[in-house]
Amino acid sequence: MILGIDVGGTHTDAVLVQDLQVISKTKVLTNQTNIMSSLLEAAEKLIKGNNINDIHRIVLSTTISTNAIVQNKTSRVAMVLLSGPGLSPATLNLGKDVYFARGYVNHRGIPVKNVNSREIADISSEIDQNQIHYIGVVGKFSSRNPQQELDAAELLDNDSRNISLGHTLSGQLNFPRRISTTYLNAAIHEIYHGFVQDVQKFIQKLGLNIPVYILKADGGTILIDQSLNCPVQTIHSGPAAGIMGVLATARMKEDAVALDIGGTTTDISVFADGVPLLEPSGVEINGRKTLIRGLYTKSIGVGGDSVIRIENGEIFIGPHRKGPAAALDGPFPTPTDAMIVEGIVSFGDSGKAREAIALIAKKLQLSIEEAARAIIDKMAAIISDQIRQILAQINNKPVYTIHELLEGKIIQPKILYVAGGPAAIAPFIAQNLGYPYSIPEHSEVSNALGVALARTTAEITILADTERKELILCEEGHVESIPRNFSLADAIETGKKILREKAVCMGARPEDIIMEVTESQQFNMIRDFYTTGKNIRVKVQIKPGLISSGKER
Amino acid sequence: MPAKEKKTGLIFFPAFDWAISPNHPEREERLLYTQDQVFEEGLLDFPNILEYKPGLATYADINRCHICVPNPQNLTTNSHLISAGGAITAAQKVLSGEVDNAFALVRPPGHHSMLVAHGARGFCNINIEAVMIEYIRHTFDIRRIAVVDTDCHHGDGTQDIYWNDPDVLCISMHQDGRTLYPGTGFIDDFGGPNALGATINIPLPPRTSDEGFLFVLENAILPMLDEFKPEIIINSAGQDNHYSDPITNMNFSAQGYALLNEKLSPDIAVLEGGYSIEKALPYVNVGIILAMAGLDYSQVREPDYDARQIRQTPEVTRLIENEVKNLMTLWKKKKNLKKQITGSAAYIRREKNIYYDTDDITERQIETVRVCNDCGGVVMIESAADTGKKIYAVILPNSCCPECRENGEAFFNRINGSQYNHVYFQDRQKDVFIVK
Repeated sequence: MILGIDVGGTHTDAVLVQDLQVISKTKVLTNQTNIMSSLLEAAEKLIKGNNINDIHRIVLSTTISTNAIVQNKTSRVAMVLLSGPGLSPATLNLGKDVYFARGYVNHRGIPVKNVNSREIADISSEIDQNQIHYIGVVGKFSSRNPQQELDAAELLDNDSRNISLGHTLSGQLNFPRRISTTYLNAAIHEIYHGFVQDVQKFIQKLGLNIPVYILKADGGTILIDQSLNCPVQTIHSGPAAGIMGVLATARMKEDAVALDIGGTTTDISVFADGVPLLEPSGVEINGRKTLIRGLYTKSIGVGGDSVIRIENGEIFIGPHRKGPAAALDGPFPTPTDAMIVEGIVSFGDSGKAREAIALIAKKLQLSIEEAARAIIDKMAAIISDQIRQILAQINNKPVYTIHELLEGKIIQPKILYVAGGPAAIAPFIAQNLGYPYSIPEHSEVSNALGVALARTTAEITILADTERKELILCEEGHVESIPRNFSLADAIETGKKILREKAVCMGARPEDIIMEVTESQQFNMIRDFYTTGKNIRVKVQIKPGLISSGKER
Repeated sequence: MPAKEKKTGLIFFPAFDWAISPNHPEREERLLYTQDQVFEEGLLDFPNILEYKPGLATYADINRCHICVPNPQNLTTNSHLISAGGAITAAQKVLSGEVDNAFALVRPPGHHSMLVAHGARGFCNINIEAVMIEYIRHTFDIRRIAVVDTDCHHGDGTQDIYWNDPDVLCISMHQDGRTLYPGTGFIDDFGGPNALGATINIPLPPRTSDEGFLFVLENAILPMLDEFKPEIIINSAGQDNHYSDPITNMNFSAQGYALLNEKLSPDIAVLEGGYSIEKALPYVNVGIILAMAGLDYSQVREPDYDARQIRQTPEVTRLIENEVKNLMTLWKKKKNLKKQITGSAAYIRREKNIYYDTDDITERQIETVRVCNDCGGVVMIESAADTGKKIYAVILPNSCCPECRENGEAFFNRINGSQYNHVYFQDRQKDVFIVK
């Protein structure tokens, strides 16, 4: 059995899963000040009557990292940047504890200026004076050559310090994003460390000795002790749980759109051939753009409890929520009230819902029923327009080869999945879009199920430069020598081998390691009209998805 | 530092799966390091830098500015349609007001492709700026356009296409043709009889550096643009004036390119040549993008940049100052030149030998233009290439006057097609293209 727990902002949901099926589920209120008590409460309620020793793994989502960042409960971080020339750092919004140091490498990873040890020593003592214990070291193009980050870190390292290195967090290029990713990783290290200790105590209290996994932003799992070096990967764990939940309940294989309609917002996610899409560059959190691999989701300010206004005879819905629906004694008419009048949902005081909608009806000079329908149509129109825009944006994403431009994948959804309280609006949206909808079952605990069934994901970026006779495993920061005749096939093979090792280390079961080459390019390097080598670029990933069978280890 | 941020559209299409041939400068690798630098600097995350996917140009788009022999289908591949399409996308985004300016960072280039095209020359099959310009004039209510060609090679293709068009000011500054391909572009190439002063050439001595380029910009190009008053300015943005370029001899830097674009403030920039793919292009392109977007480019610098190494000699400075002086004298006289050149002739003939280096074709051409005071004049071209193809073409200009139209239509109807492989009729005013 697998115990899956989704720690949400309001509720903590838990499921016990056997052979990929939910055999037991529960829901408790989340105690934000003591997450562990919520975990324990949910687990104990669920385990009652089941044999605890049948549980083989526990998987958790967590809001701890996201909340720490959003609520500013982060540690002070000193950022040491090896930025070299280029975009002026003044253009970037960097905090106060930023130290620029000499040293940079160029786009091919060739060092142009070296790190200066005396300068780093001076920075180090300044960091000491400021009593900062968390440090981020980031170099421009460090994913092309990690050595200078490693050199600086070695000079800065001591027992009272924790150092995050930019190249370890992503193999992608983007110096400003690498800076914010590294900063966040360092800033939440302390609070995340405390969380992990709590979880370990929780497992001990349950009397278990089984692997514990955390759900990352990309909808994949990682062993909790492995996550200690990269806590920033666990931001957006909650939204990832929602998307994995759709996958776990719907098990679709085609292109699809999923909606999670809440009280204040509607979250939209997109699936290509049954695989949830990832953010192209990385997730954004609290206004910071990062390189964190994360599932694509777009939140719009329309939900069941959104305030409805009428201006110049036109209906406006959201983006604010000012309390629950009028039917539940809320202060304003909401789409939920309209759905109650329309008769597609029933709860609360339907009389109060009618009264609230009557106010709108009067302003629109419509009957109450007509007004309710107009509100529902408007909400459905807002959501379907957004879906169309998102798909247009995704399908028009720039590409860089003629092949992709002319024959690239175009996402054409075949079905719309809708979850959440106001899911009854689904038929109206589906009608606008012209494809069918489905409201998956178990949707009240689908997030916990998604958490329980998510597989371990990982990615690796490889660059081989046969002119320099060097290969770099970007995220691993590992550089090795290669022969001049090293080929694209060799790079892919190396990538697969390393990725497999990495995934096993992160806790993947061998049967769940389904690899996909997402990038494989090779360029002849010509200098002065002669071929001097090949520049080979490969990315291999284990894409987000469900574990392959119910036979848990 | 630039004063005001602008919304800049970027159409980036490196065509990573296309090359003229495996070892050719125009190959897959060309924009690889530029992409690396643009991505690593995080330029696409700026809210005022918007990236767009290029559209595809159509054969009808090409037929508006070229006479392709035998047709555009035979002369182009998808890569050409995309690179011209990328330029068109840039124009669409700017002219629809979605962005303030745009940079089509696309390949392959186009500025050596002439009006009649029998094949590829100077790595160019079709002239992507001209395809874009004719798209603009066909789609939007725009008449006067200026092209400033900052490629190191003379923009002879663009010059040829607009030689007789008084509404398109083609300014090319380039390394002196006596020292570099294509060997043309001298100061007295000044435009056809009805478009004198709408073609401007500024040959520069080898080893001209930032100082020289900016002197020409300030003292010749900007004053000319002020007087011409174009509705839009296009930078035909070659990057081979860079001090590290392997096939040229100039000393321009990334800072110089950025400053030039800031001062020129083009509405649209289109990449042309530039083959120092590792040492120049990544930095030059980042500089140009930042300058166009009004962002701080002051710290963009090549790793091996050394101002002392690339400073121009006083001799070079003197040559350039003299050149600009002569050019401005000619520019001021441009209105009085027509009578002198045409005399009482009704038609003016120009004979050209054109060599297509990329495809090894030689063409012999006779161009005849009607001397006209009301429009650019109807143009007749007879062209024979050593491929065995012989063609005749009648071209009516964009703002064609009734007399030129009457003449042109009569020529086309009267021409004896039997001695030619094809006879073409290109009506830029009514967007009609006929082959017989």
